[in-house]
Amino acid sequence: MSTSLPSSVDTVDHRSVSQGRLILRRFLGNPAGVVSLIVLLAIVVFATTAIGIGPIHGWWKWNYTDPDPNIAVDGAPTLQLWPFSLGDHPFGQDRIGRDYFAMVMRGIQNSFVVMILITGIAVVLGVIVGAIAGYYRGWVDAVLMRITDVFIVIPAIVLAAVVGNYAGAVGVWILGVMLGAVSWMVIARLVRGEFLSLREREFVEAARVAGASDARIIFRHILPNATGVIIVSASLLAAAAILLESAISLLGYGIRSPDVSLGLLIGANQSAFAVRPWLFWWPAFFIVALALSANIFGDALREAFDPRSRRFSRRRTKEAPVQDVPAEVEAEVELR
Amino acid sequence: MVGFILRRIGVSVLILVAASFVMFNLVALSTDPLEDLRTSILPNKEQLIQARIQIGNLDVPPPLRWFIWIGGAAKCLVPFAGQCSLGQTFQGAQVTDLLPTAMLSTVQMVTAALILAILFGIATGILSAIRENSGFDITFTVISLFLYSLPSFLAATMLKSFVAIGYNNFLASPEVPIWLSIVIGLVLALIIQAVVGGEMRRRIITTASAFVVSAGLLIYMSATDWFAQPAIGPVGIIVLSLGIAAAVAAILAGIYNRRGLITAGIVAVIGIASYFAVQPLLDVSTVGTIAILAIAALVVGALVGFLVGGDDRGQNIRIGILVAFFIGFLIIIDRLMQSFPGYMFDMNGRPIATVGSSTPGYDPGNMWRSALDTFFHLLLPTVSLLTISFAGYTRYARAGMIEVLGQDYVRTARAKGMPERVVVVRHAFRNVLIPITTLVATDLGALLGGAIITEYIFGIPGMGALFQNSLGRGDVYPVMGYFLVIAFMAILFNFLADLSYAALDPRVRVR
Repeated sequence: MSTSLPSSVDTVDHRSVSQGRLILRRFLGNPAGVVSLIVLLAIVVFATTAIGIGPIHGWWKWNYTDPDPNIAVDGAPTLQLWPFSLGDHPFGQDRIGRDYFAMVMRGIQNSFVVMILITGIAVVLGVIVGAIAGYYRGWVDAVLMRITDVFIVIPAIVLAAVVGNYAGAVGVWILGVMLGAVSWMVIARLVRGEFLSLREREFVEAARVAGASDARIIFRHILPNATGVIIVSASLLAAAAILLESAISLLGYGIRSPDVSLGLLIGANQSAFAVRPWLFWWPAFFIVALALSANIFGDALREAFDPRSRRFSRRRTKEAPVQDVPAEVEAEVELR
Repeated sequence: MVGFILRRIGVSVLILVAASFVMFNLVALSTDPLEDLRTSILPNKEQLIQARIQIGNLDVPPPLRWFIWIGGAAKCLVPFAGQCSLGQTFQGAQVTDLLPTAMLSTVQMVTAALILAILFGIATGILSAIRENSGFDITFTVISLFLYSLPSFLAATMLKSFVAIGYNNFLASPEVPIWLSIVIGLVLALIIQAVVGGEMRRRIITTASAFVVSAGLLIYMSATDWFAQPAIGPVGIIVLSLGIAAAVAAILAGIYNRRGLITAGIVAVIGIASYFAVQPLLDVSTVGTIAILAIAALVVGALVGFLVGGDDRGQNIRIGILVAFFIGFLIIIDRLMQSFPGYMFDMNGRPIATVGSSTPGYDPGNMWRSALDTFFHLLLPTVSLLTISFAGYTRYARAGMIEVLGQDYVRTARAKGMPERVVVVRHAFRNVLIPITTLVATDLGALLGGAIITEYIFGIPGMGALFQNSLGRGDVYPVMGYFLVIAFMAILFNFLADLSYAALDPRVRVR
């Protein structure tokens, strides 16, 4: 044993890496995805600390409901970039003198709450329905998928407007929960497809032979292998949820005054565009910033989970039965 | 196959009925139909409430009211019985009378947007894929991602405020300053060189010539007051027709294919001659004559391709039809432009409208002006719909093309010495079209249901507006009428998408 390996080889990392670590590494290697995640979180943290949560007061002196009796000239923004100064009302004031900065921050907060609720509830419901349908197949699958079809026939914005017409008047949290309860269908279909193929694999057979219960097989053996599909579709649903909430609030079926939503602000001020453009620009800027960073983040996640990109998978053209073809297409339908 | 279709129809009907039950109850429970009357101060308030309860069957609880509604709707399936009823609105109008007019508005608004989005989206996506990771690809990927995240109401509001008002103001004294012409020319030149591609030398030549042509054209147009009195004119028609002929022949057959060039050239010459011949006819024509002329043009194009014949007759016929189509389109555009000064005068110099789908109380006098009226009302809604759909198609076509270009049969085609043009147009492009067909079908189904937000912002009385207004009032029957149409469309077009997929892709078998 006189020969020794060159020292350079020893320094190379030979440890094997787990699947999760690989995905994380791929995601961190994508600057657009990392930046978008940071931007998204920064906006939300900034907005939340600015006006506080519930009774806890934030660092900003105004709140979004009480008007300031001294309205500056037209309520124009006092924000100055050089030399930098915020002034009294950096984003200006609306027609009755409320501080627009506080209103926009409240809108961002509400958008974020609704986004998290929609995504969370849709994922839980979608995973349950999809997992049961895909795992048990047969008549359970048929019944659950027909129920999914019943809901998927109604366009997302129509369903959201009808549900929001009731829930929007109650409050942000109820609105988010109700919207989540009608947004699970696409995820359910994707999860079912994943379960249908995973349940035939050897490791599931092995678990069954070892005497694992159905619940254990579903949650401990199959579900972890389907997380990629779930996380990616959830992140894209989150981006769509921001636009959905702002769209129905604009139409008057979402969050109602005196509470604030970015869509509501734009709807209320679109006629003031010529006179007070800042009433339009600030909410518009933040909606685009939120939606864009959520979309880029979702794309980056997709690439991290599947470097070959699932968007146009060839597997679909080869194996998938005809009825499943539009599943991915439906996820793409935009709000118009 | 027949079994599959019958089974699908049966399941679809059941889904439609179940979904209508869900929707009916959701709508009925989410709204208070008497809200406005309860707070009303009219003396005959009680009577009005009674009348509304009568019309809307509001005394029946929603799940039971659904049976009344579905009973009336079921009679619609019996043809020519005339008993069809989808209920009445609170104003007493029959829903069955409202739906056709609303659908017409929607179809008018949606058609151009969908066609343009498909054409531009697929073209951009495929060019992006061919030049993957080039400047062109990165630019358009970023643009389409941005458009994809841009809410439609933002795009619509900004179009109203900038394009409509801005362009109308511009038309008051339509002069483009020289510096702006140069900037626009430069931007266009950069885009064109990115599309054409090639090596550095070729790119520089393309940029320079494109810049000179476009900037020069803009300065010329500004100097001759072209924006107030637009026209293509005989010279423009001749130059553009020959250019189109050359481009179509080059893309479909390659510039070294003599028969392709001959076909395109003959069709272009016939087109130019007919431009002068049909002018008097166009002045007195109606929609019917235009349709006949259009069909005649396509037949002539096909005939020329057939007669030139050669090894690849089908290709020549395609070239002939495409050239005829584009030149016919040019002639129509030219005729519309001739009517523009008159229309602008009628509109007091502010042609681009921001609200509605036609000018109320306007008597255009001839077909061209009424076409312009529709055009300028639908211009902004169309652009607004276009931006969003365009982004979707670009992303999809790009991903599809990249996938297909990596396939074995593409490598085989390249290996056996096919020119790159043939590989792209014949081998790759056709296979990308298969999944895109299904996307188009589902998109069409969704769009025919109206674009609620776009219609709301632009005040278009289409399907989306019918839904929006009725839901706001708590009027269940018109909402259900709307729902019935969109749900039917969604199911129908999904079905067509599946069938077309099975028909186009032999690997997919119908169960």
